Amino acid sequence: MKCRVCRAPAVLDIRRHNAAFCRDHFVKHCREQVRRAIDDQHMIAPGDRVLVAVSGGKDSLALWDLLVHLGYEADGLYLGLGIGEYSDASGEAARAFARDRGLELREVDLAAEYGYDVPGAAATTHRSPCGACGLSKRHVFNSVAVEQGYDVVATGHNLDDEAAVLLGNVLRWETGYLGRQHPVLPASPGFARKVKPLYRVGERETAAYCVLVGIDYQVEECPMAEGNRHLGYKEVLNALEDRSPGAKAAFVFGFVDRAHERFADDAGTEREGLRACAVCGSPTTAEVCAFCRLRERVGSRAVHAR
Amino acid sequence: MVLRNPRREVEMPGPLTVAALLEQLEVNPESVLVIQGDMLVTRDARLSDTDVVEIRPVTSGGAE
Repeated sequence: MKCRVCRAPAVLDIRRHNAAFCRDHFVKHCREQVRRAIDDQHMIAPGDRVLVAVSGGKDSLALWDLLVHLGYEADGLYLGLGIGEYSDASGEAARAFARDRGLELREVDLAAEYGYDVPGAAATTHRSPCGACGLSKRHVFNSVAVEQGYDVVATGHNLDDEAAVLLGNVLRWETGYLGRQHPVLPASPGFARKVKPLYRVGERETAAYCVLVGIDYQVEECPMAEGNRHLGYKEVLNALEDRSPGAKAAFVFGFVDRAHERFADDAGTEREGLRACAVCGSPTTAEVCAFCRLRERVGSRAVHAR
Repeated sequence: MVLRNPRREVEMPGPLTVAALLEQLEVNPESVLVIQGDMLVTRDARLSDTDVVEIRPVTSGGAE
């Protein structure tokens, strides 16, 4: 295969674009896709301070690299989840990335800061590990952003992530979630703006970007995610994509452009009932937010177990 | 040919294309990168008996 742009030998083909690219033009393609996402969706304004949610995996490190190359002031935040060797290797990948590029990486450790880790939370609450992990990440990333004066939290959600979440939300007609599923969630009292600059880039492309620009990322998949519903949705979507290239992009971009607005009222109803959490002060629809309820449950179980 | 996936190493007789290799292994091309040395290879690339390639999964699944 030849590069669509320069006709040099290609290193990656992207069937949904009916194109292949050499290294340099693939890297340029990725940067253009992220630039377009940021501009089209008004994700980041000039002078905004960006906090990148960094896991040490391909998506978050590619995102951080892309944002820095596009000229944004972007620091990273790594959250220690306590998932054994997986977390050790992930944290080291994030630290090495920041160290090698002279970037600032903030770190929060769930166990040290909040008294629990993801495996412990999953075991004691019978909540899925991914549920406890996602809840913890959303709370901590937002809290640090608000407390430290960042304008925006950028996450590494890619096209495949968005397609899988969208499929799950549609299958169960989660209209509130559909109203909140968008590349940009505007800031509101107690919440920093949240953006997903990789929503136009597939995860095969973020992995390829890392390989081609020399980013050493955590290749191993999280052991606690094995067999989860999200991976099942991705398998189905990839089978569809193999038969019909462009299906995932059409699904996600069509939703963002033509369907999301129809569910905005469902999300808006939930936002209207927000008040301050009685424990931590974060915005919540309940008296105590879900994060503090999780901490309370894990803490009380730990006391009973002694 | 030795294939490295984090979980296994297998030998396959060459020559064959990357596309044929993935088909024989029943791997969806959408879900992997094929890496030879430190370079990516496209699905039309021909692999010989002595080539060593890594088939690296790209699917991550940490959403709630």
